[in-house]
Formats: sequence, C-alpha cells, structure tokens
Amino acid sequence: MLPVTYYLALSAVLFIMGALGVLIRRNLIIMFMSIELMLNAANLAFVAFARFHQAVSGQIFVFFVMTVAAAEVAVGLALIVTLFRTRHSVDVDDVTLLNG
Amino acid sequence: MTVQLILFIILALVAVATALGMLLSRSAVYAALYLVLNFATVAVFYLLLNAPFLAVAQVTVYAGAIMVLFLFVIMLLGTEQLRRRHTLAWQQPVAIGLGIILLAETAYIVLAQRGLVSPGTTEIASITGSPTEVGFNLFMSYLLPFEITSLLLLVAMVGAVVLTREEKKK
Repeated sequence: MLPVTYYLALSAVLFIMGALGVLIRRNLIIMFMSIELMLNAANLAFVAFARFHQAVSGQIFVFFVMTVAAAEVAVGLALIVTLFRTRHSVDVDDVTLLNG
Repeated sequence: MTVQLILFIILALVAVATALGMLLSRSAVYAALYLVLNFATVAVFYLLLNAPFLAVAQVTVYAGAIMVLFLFVIMLLGTEQLRRRHTLAWQQPVAIGLGIILLAETAYIVLAQRGLVSPGTTEIASITGSPTEVGFNLFMSYLLPFEITSLLLLVAMVGAVVLTREEKKK
C-alpha cells in the first residue's frame, strides 16, 4: 500500500479546487458541483484512513456522506430551479433578496 | 509497489486535471462532464484502497445518479445562453489569492506531518471492505444511522417536490 500521506495530499488538493470553485465561479450550478468535489475529497480521505487503520467504519461513513450528498443535490437543484423561475438567472450575484 | 505508485500518479494527474477543467470551463455541461471523469478516477482510488463496494457505489450514485441530475437541470434551465456579468470586479483575484493561501497552509501541514505518520501496513488486509463486510457493519453497528438515512432521503424527496411544484394562481 502507498503511504497514506499521498492520498491525503491528493484529497487536500481536490478539496482546495472545490473551495476555489465556490469562491471563483458565480454560476450557482458550478458552485454546487464544487461542493460535490469537496465532499468527494473528504470521502477519499475517509477511505484512505479506513485502509490505514484497517477499520471498515471509515467506509461506512463514506456511505453516509454519499447519502447526504444525494439528498443535498436533490434539494439544492430544486432550489436552483425555483430561483431560475423567479429570477431567470443562476448567477449568484443576482440572488440578493430573500423575497421571491 | 512501483506499479501502484505509477498508477497512483497517473490517476492523480487525471483527477487534478479534471478538477481544474471543471473549475475553469466556461460551459456548465463541460464542467459536469469533467466532474464525471473526476468521480470515476476517485472510484479507481477506492479500488486501490481495497474498498470495492464503495467504488461501485461511487460510480452508480455519484457518476451516475447525481451527475445525471446535474446535467438534467443544466439542460432544463438552458443557462448556457445567458450572458456573463461581473458585478464584483475584485472578487475573482481575491478568491484566487485566498485559494493560494489555503493551498500553502495545507502543503505546510502535509509536509510537516511527513515523518509522523507511518506509511501503513503492507501485509494482506484483515479488513477487505467487501460488500459482505460493509453490509454486516452497516446493519449491525450502524443500524440506527442507516434508518435515519432513509428518513433524510424521504425528507429530501418531499422537499424537492414541494420546492419545484408550480404555484397555483391565486
């Protein structure tokens, strides 16, 4: 097995790419994809540690994170669709009011 | 060991390149397709890390269901034709600066820990991460969280339906 540090470094790089995506891009859908990328980076760290400690619990946690991600995507995309209906834009700079 | 290292490096390059592609592509559809490739490489990493169940779940749930949902919404909204505006001119440079600071911090942490974490075991794994083992743990030790998960998915489904429902004219 490769040193767990390699996987952690890769996970960190992917997480930072996700964070940068949220910071740089103004398109809500792409920001949302960046969040998925960050969740994936965290999952990779979980699996690497599960392998490192020879414990299957880390893999179970990834399973739960995947479920939460699926739920989050369903609600988040529904929100984006609703926003687009009222504002005709998915640019986050246009979303300045809580009032529809 | 060396074969694994070469495979890791190639896959890591693909993963980072696709993440960058997602970050920089103008079109949301291209970004989504880059992300599918990224999720596929992460699935191969799961296989390398002895987690075959998660690798398959990654492909079906992430690269399959979630990204199809993304592509569906992108094409449903047709936001590709929308013009791009920049209302905050200083926002992007500041974001890139913050990202570089975050990268430097993380690199420092990873490099500073180098000697502290032992490189892991090379013996045959006692934990295989096979579907049998994952399922056993899931339904024995983690039964309650698993049941709560079903509730979470139900709430998400109801939420999505309520949010996207057409409002009745008053």
